[in-house]
Parts: sequence; C-alpha cells; structure tokens
Amino acid sequence: MAGTLAEKVWADHVVRRGEGNEPDLLYIDLQLLHEVTSPQAFDGLRQEGRALRRVDQTIATEDHNTPTIDIDKPIADITSRTQIDTLRRNAEEFGVRIHSLGDKDQGIVHVVGPQLGLTMPGITVVCGDSHTSTHGAFGALAFGIGTSEVEHVMATQTLSLKPFKTMSITVEGSLKPGVSAKDIILAVIAKIGTGGGAGYVLEYRGQAIEDLSMEGRMTICNMSIEAGARAGMIAPDETTFAYVKGRPHAPQGEDWDEAVAYWRTLRSDDDAVFDAEVVIDADELEPFVTWGTNPGQGLPLSAAVPAPEDFVDETARVAAENALRYMDLVPGTPLKDIAVDTVFMGSCTNGRIEDLRTFVDVIRGRRKHPDVRVLVVPGSARVRIQAEQEGLDREILAFGAEWRQAGCSMCLGMNPDQLQPGERAASTSNRNFEGRQGKGGRTHLVSPAVAAATAVRGTLSSPHDLDAPSRDGAATAAA
Amino acid sequence: MQKFTTHTGVGVPLRRSNVDTDQIIPAVYLKRVTKTGFEDGLFSAWRGDPDFVLNQDAYRGGSVLVAGPDFGTGSSREHAVWALRDYGFQAVLASRFADIFRGNAGKQGLVAAELSQDDIEQLWKILEEAPGTEVTVDLEQRQVRAGDAVLRFEIDDYTRWRLMEGLDDIGLTLRHEADIDAFEATRPSWMPKTLPARTADSAEAPAS
Ligand code: SF4
Repeated sequence: MAGTLAEKVWADHVVRRGEGNEPDLLYIDLQLLHEVTSPQAFDGLRQEGRALRRVDQTIATEDHNTPTIDIDKPIADITSRTQIDTLRRNAEEFGVRIHSLGDKDQGIVHVVGPQLGLTMPGITVVCGDSHTSTHGAFGALAFGIGTSEVEHVMATQTLSLKPFKTMSITVEGSLKPGVSAKDIILAVIAKIGTGGGAGYVLEYRGQAIEDLSMEGRMTICNMSIEAGARAGMIAPDETTFAYVKGRPHAPQGEDWDEAVAYWRTLRSDDDAVFDAEVVIDADELEPFVTWGTNPGQGLPLSAAVPAPEDFVDETARVAAENALRYMDLVPGTPLKDIAVDTVFMGSCTNGRIEDLRTFVDVIRGRRKHPDVRVLVVPGSARVRIQAEQEGLDREILAFGAEWRQAGCSMCLGMNPDQLQPGERAASTSNRNFEGRQGKGGRTHLVSPAVAAATAVRGTLSSPHDLDAPSRDGAATAAA
Repeated sequence: MQKFTTHTGVGVPLRRSNVDTDQIIPAVYLKRVTKTGFEDGLFSAWRGDPDFVLNQDAYRGGSVLVAGPDFGTGSSREHAVWALRDYGFQAVLASRFADIFRGNAGKQGLVAAELSQDDIEQLWKILEEAPGTEVTVDLEQRQVRAGDAVLRFEIDDYTRWRLMEGLDDIGLTLRHEADIDAFEATRPSWMPKTLPARTADSAEAPAS
C-alpha cells in the first residue's frame, strides 16, 4: 500500500500493533535529555527500582538554565543550579553520556544531536522538549514528550501512541534573494494558524524545500510545533546524506552504504494520500515578521500593523486586540517603523553556523545602531568554535554586538539573558508569547538576515533597506 | 506500583467542592527536581489554619480522603497526585472528578472512587461524628465500608484492573518486554549509538 514518509517511519518502528482501540507500541531510537524535564523521570526510575534500558541510545546536555557568560563560575540562580546539578548526578548514577557546560559538545539539545551525527534519517527521536520536531529535517520522526513519557522511554525504550495524521505542505518555486527558511515557516504558520497542525505530522516538500540546506530545513521543522503539529518531516536526499556523512556517530564503511540504501526509500509514495494538503508559492514570499504574541500573528515586513477589525473571525479579532495592547503597537504603523531595543540572534531555530554566517554577511563592515543591544549566541559550543575559526566572532564584536557562550539564552526567560519589562526585541527564536523572553518583554520573530539588518538600522528591516537612512538619519552604509 | 485490592485507613472528611489542583498543590512546588516529597505542599494554603481537617489529631495519618464534587479541576499538573500520594492517601472518594486528575491518579496508583453525593454526605457524617473512624476501600467489590455503611462506588474497568494488577503505564509496557527484545534484535547495526562516545575530536568531521 502506498504510504507517506511519516507512515513508513512509523511502520518500521512498531514493536506491537495495538488491538482495537489500543495504541501501538513504538520503538524509540534516540532520547535526548536536558536539565528541565528529566529530573522527575530519573526519580521515577529510582522509586520503582528500574534501570534505564538503553543508555547507549540516550544523551544529555545542559542548555535551558545555563548562563552564556562567566560559565566557569557557579550558576547564581539556585533553582537553575539545582536542576543542572541534579542532571549531572543522575547522568552519573545511570551511566548516561552528558555534555556539561564548558564541554566542547555542550549546546542546545536540538543542535547537539544533528551535529554529532546521532540524528539520522528514518529514526525515531524524542526529548522532553517541544522543539524536538527540529530533527524531522533529516526525515526522522521526532517529537516532544512529557516527563512521564520521558520516564517511560527510559524504562522501556518505547512509547504507547496512536498514529498521527499526515499533512503535506508543498512549497513550490524558489525563494527570492534575502528570503529564507524562517520566512517560509512564519508564512506557513500565519497561513494554517497556531492550531492548524494539531494532531498532524507535517511533511514539507516541493522545490523550495529541496533547495534548502540542512540548517534551513531544521529551522522549518523546528517551528512545526508552533503550528500545533506533533512533528515536521522532510524526506532525506543528497543534501541530507552529505550533512550526516563523516560526523562522529554517522555510519561508516559498509554500514554507511547500507544506511543510505535504506534512507533512499524514505519518501512519500507518489500515490500516497495525506489527510490534509497545503500549497505555498515560494516566489511570492517576502521576509516575514510577527507583530503579535503568537507565531501565527505574522506578516510580510513590507506590511503595516493590522487593526483588530481586519479579522473577521471573532477569536482572531480579540486575540489581535490583546496582542496589540501587549505589544504596544498602533494599527497602520508600517512594520519597518517599529524600533527595537534588543536583537537576539540564536536559539535552536537559528543558532547554527549557517545562520551566523548569514548574519555576519549582512553586518560586515558596519556598526550596530547605537540604541540597540545585540546578543549573538551560538547554538552549541562547536558552532562557537567553528565561528571563531572562520573569524565571525571578530566581525560580530567589531559590529558592536555581544558574542556569547552556547545555550538557549534569550529564547526563554529561564537563564540570566532576559528582556526587561517593556523592552522590544527582534529575535531569531521561535516563540513570541507574552513574557517568553522575560517578564513584560515584547518579541518580534525574524530571520537571521532581518535580525542583522534590524541591528544596523534600529528598526525592523530587511537587508534591502540597508542603504536607506536609519531611524535617526545616521548613515548606515558600509564603512 | 503496588497492587491494590483493598485498603483500610482513617477517613478524612474534606467538605469542599471544586478543589482544584492549585489548591491541592500551588505552583511554587513545581520547581522541584524530585517526584517524591511533595507532602509538605499538599493543601498548603489551608494547612496554616489550625482548624483545617488535616490539622486535627483524629485525622492525622488519614489515608482515605472524602471530598466534595469536582475534585482535581484546573491545571494538569501530575504533582497534585504526587502530593496526595506522598502524604499517605491511598484513595480519594468524591461524587465527581476532573478527567485529567482521574487519569493521573490511575497512573500513580491512587484510587479515585466515584460515589453518589448522598453517599459522600453519609460518609462525612460518620467521619465527623466519630473522628478517626476507619474506612475500607474494597476495589475488588467496588465497595466503601465505614461504620455500618456499605456503599458502592464506580471506577472504570480498565483502571480497576490496572490498579489491582499493580500496573502503571511502564509496568504495562514491560509485559511486552519480549516483543521489545525481539524488535531490538532486528535493528540494523548503523542505528545511532551514543556510546561509546565519539566527538569531532575523536573522528573526522566535516567542517560545516
Ligand atoms: S533554544 Fe528555545 S526553543 Fe530551543 S530548546 Fe532552548 S528554550 Fe527551547
């Protein structure tokens, strides 16, 4: 029978088909752990005297609570420190591989897996974190789970689940210069809504997706969860194989050939039937930016802040009203006139080497706007090392931005990098919820290129705007 | 999870309806890293009141909570069940439970038994007239016995079976351990292994 990519990967992991109304028992190839959602799961194992079934399919890193400066000093916040210490103790007790702060392989959990070559096509990946969907960029079935499920995987290496529905998102044509993967996914979410993907695995396909690098594909799959989806996937191809090949845990020799032969079978059959289908035209996309307090409230950068009356749907109108109040925005204001206090470049959405290169390409030879604080945070320690080898750090510092150590940083208000109440940020992260980046902080989600141009001009901008005068008329042309 | 067939312990009358999970355990206790030791957070806002039922000597050490309707509404936090369990409660009796609470209770071996509101009133009366009275919760017979009263309760068949077998979700899955072993034996050798640890320093990695 014809199948979709998601159905094929699912079928290859069924340990036991559920009878009648029972869920399937699905095998999990890889579990990623971090300090926030693992402690109770370890505690549960201890309580029941259970072992962790496959330590060799488990890996831990520290990311959410970790500071990005002074990482050699004890963590000041007690709760954060306790969570980190607990993870370290648990990892030691159960024999789990851990990459702690200061280690070269430490970093955001979703950057670390792919970079070590652990994330591969056709595997199942789970983590107690909703952005586990990132790994679907390799054609893996990857999704976030709750703490009880983390414990369940630890003890059994399986999960009891009912199959997800499937949705294809075809992005036809090709992107204009300056338009990126981030703009595609923001446009997708704006189109289907933050609940549009609920219960589905989204499969992204079409020319524009095939043209993307692995970094770009990860950016897209990462934000599938912001459309409410269980997971996002992209069929593996030569780009995928080239990315995986040679990484520390990638298959080698004959194993490699065998793996690639299997991976090539991982695509939706031509006559496969999806439960829903969406088509987007890449040629028409522009840089996208959010104006509201959920990732679906986005518009092309050239648009203006919408008015609540623009929304026919009652719920959407009320949501817009609340969002505009929180964001302190006046309907009709051109988005490009919105001035920001902070630019955050980083997170598991856009904290990879290619993202940093894109950012630096835009700021090269320029100085940041004097009123804007610019934070550049690599997604992992390896990304930081790589960036420094390429000299990106020097350009970032010369631009006037801060160059930090790896971690989730300002993506969420759980570590010292936070917005102050009322502060406004252009952020390459994935959530613009109220208070997400710090209590009272206001977030506009953007791509790395838009983040860079905004850092130069002080107002939401695309690289095309760089030759125009900035908000206070200062010259911004390259020195 | 312990097998549960029948339990006898001091009954605690909690004459309140709509006890939500924030009242069972406030959010500040959610920052913890353990899954046990939540007893101090149980009903913490009320425990400061010397007249609160759990502060009365006769009910101390109680293990069967007899509560008002709509017990466990609000946030989905599993901590609410942990707190009741850690305090020593083995069963909660009420005329109505919030769905998520009932589901979480079943996962953790806490019996959530539904009785008619008349029967709950009768139990309250017995427990208040003779504080310290023991209540028996008989899962096999689906019966609650206290004083002279013999009352019937409802619990869904599947949960009852799981509780009587002492099977939590993990325990249930482990019944299929042979299937898991068999599946594992067929996995190709190139599937990801985190151990022995390899890093870019120990292997040739591409520079992108
Ligand atoms: S970078 Fe943000 S979204 Fe990603 S794992 Fe960290 S906190 Fe979550």
